[in-house]
Amino acid sequence: MITIDFPDIRFDMIWNYKELFIRGIWVTLGLTLIGYVSGVILGLLLGMGKLSKKKWIYYPCKYYVDFFRGTPLLVQILLIHLALIPTVFGESLGYFVSGALALSLNCGAYNAEIIRAGIQSIEKGQMEAGRSLGMPRGVAMRYVILPQAFRRMVPPLGNELIALLKDSSLVTVIAANDLLYAGKVVAGAYARFWEPYITVAILYLLLTYIFTKVITYVEKRFSNSYVPSQRRRIFSFGRSAAGG
Amino acid sequence: MIKIQGLYKSFGDLQVLKGIDYEINEKEVICVIGPSGSGKSTFLRCINLLEDITDGVVFIDGVKVNDPGTDINEIRKEVGMVFQQFNLFPHMTVLDNITISPRKIRKMDSKEANALARQLLDKVGLADKADAYPEQLSGGQMQRVAIARALAMQPKVMLFDEPTSALDPEMVKEVLDVMKQLVYEGMTMVVVTHEMGFAREMGDRVLFMDEGILIEDGTPEDVFDMPKSDRTKAFLSKVL
Ligand SMILES: Nc1ncnc2c1ncn2[C@@H]1O[C@H](COP(=O)(O)OP(=O)(O)O)[C@@H](O)[C@H]1O
Ligand SMILES: [Mg+2]
Repeated sequence: MITIDFPDIRFDMIWNYKELFIRGIWVTLGLTLIGYVSGVILGLLLGMGKLSKKKWIYYPCKYYVDFFRGTPLLVQILLIHLALIPTVFGESLGYFVSGALALSLNCGAYNAEIIRAGIQSIEKGQMEAGRSLGMPRGVAMRYVILPQAFRRMVPPLGNELIALLKDSSLVTVIAANDLLYAGKVVAGAYARFWEPYITVAILYLLLTYIFTKVITYVEKRFSNSYVPSQRRRIFSFGRSAAGG
Repeated sequence: MIKIQGLYKSFGDLQVLKGIDYEINEKEVICVIGPSGSGKSTFLRCINLLEDITDGVVFIDGVKVNDPGTDINEIRKEVGMVFQQFNLFPHMTVLDNITISPRKIRKMDSKEANALARQLLDKVGLADKADAYPEQLSGGQMQRVAIARALAMQPKVMLFDEPTSALDPEMVKEVLDVMKQLVYEGMTMVVVTHEMGFAREMGDRVLFMDEGILIEDGTPEDVFDMPKSDRTKAFLSKVL
């Protein structure tokens, strides 16, 4: 017969390391947000590049996206930290630079596909109407296509943010002081595994929960009608609760 | 004002325009009729280069449109276009739909652009809709806004591609009335249409197109009452 011998749980050991966890949260948040913001900008450029008719623009963008979507992020992190940065700069620039760079480059590739699909989903007539009014392609893109495409990109871009937050834990392999790393340190120090990893899991859950709330807010803000007065009321829960 | 010589257009292996020669003078109203799929839209779209031209030349005001040295955006400022599906910008108010191009392309300041837009909205009978969004308008209203938007660039020519075909019957008249007003004001217009009444009444010349060829070209009386070609007769017997 199998007996499962649960250890008595001791969360006090976590408390002793609270600074490490708090620092871990900040590092994870920092890496995620930097990775995401630069990933969106990069994704915009790559996504538009993949829509280009010019081969010398299209192919580099395509191969870039294929590479970063087709190889594991873990491998990319190691390549960048141990090979790329030391080769280019002659020395390591620290885990944060490597981690942020790897997440940005990776996130850019995924966002590129989202942004390309969003732009392509806008009816051809919109670009034609802009061009027929004398707008150069870039102006029509900026004022006509992107504002409409952006709304359609919000849900998948939101998913990408959550995915990136979780995937950022992979930077632990280059000894980044992120959230997961804090758990590993505690586990190593006490040779106990339940408390540190459960704590790590709960903290990630908390972060994804907060991010999900923000994303839902943005989605509602941009969903349905373009008419401001007909947009879904975001704070309506306050009213309905008061009104009964 | 517009001169088209030996215009060919193919989509891959499909030859859509098969050598069109035509000349449109200032203040002329040309109505283009013909069966669907005959290349009418393509003909119109080659004039402002929404489709690139396979062979031949198009001149507007003496400038060769399909020349690598020509800035097509400069040409398009002078050539307004109205689409069957309106193609209003759904994320902008009616006013912004009309002012965006004058502001961004003609570098007009907002005040001046707004004044111009309101004047044009007044002209198309929608002065009260400046702050509405396209989704709040009926089809006829949307098409009138689209006309105002094109006019805001103060074009020398207006191209209409079946402007009333997507409309419910009761809205056709309000759009045609706006177009008639433009005719009276002396606008040069090329109108692809199935509204034979409009073509007969307003057209200086009617052009019958079939399978990418200009079959017949003449005054409305010539084309409608004394068609020379059997193809024209066959087409007219179906639509009149
Ligand atoms: N972008 C395109 N790609 C391929 N074929 C096209 C395209 N646009 C139009 N065609 C074809 O060209 C022919 C003429 O089309 P069109 O000019 O729209 O005719 P019309 O406006 O007279 O109905 C049709 O057979 C149509 O299928
Ligand atoms: Mg057509």
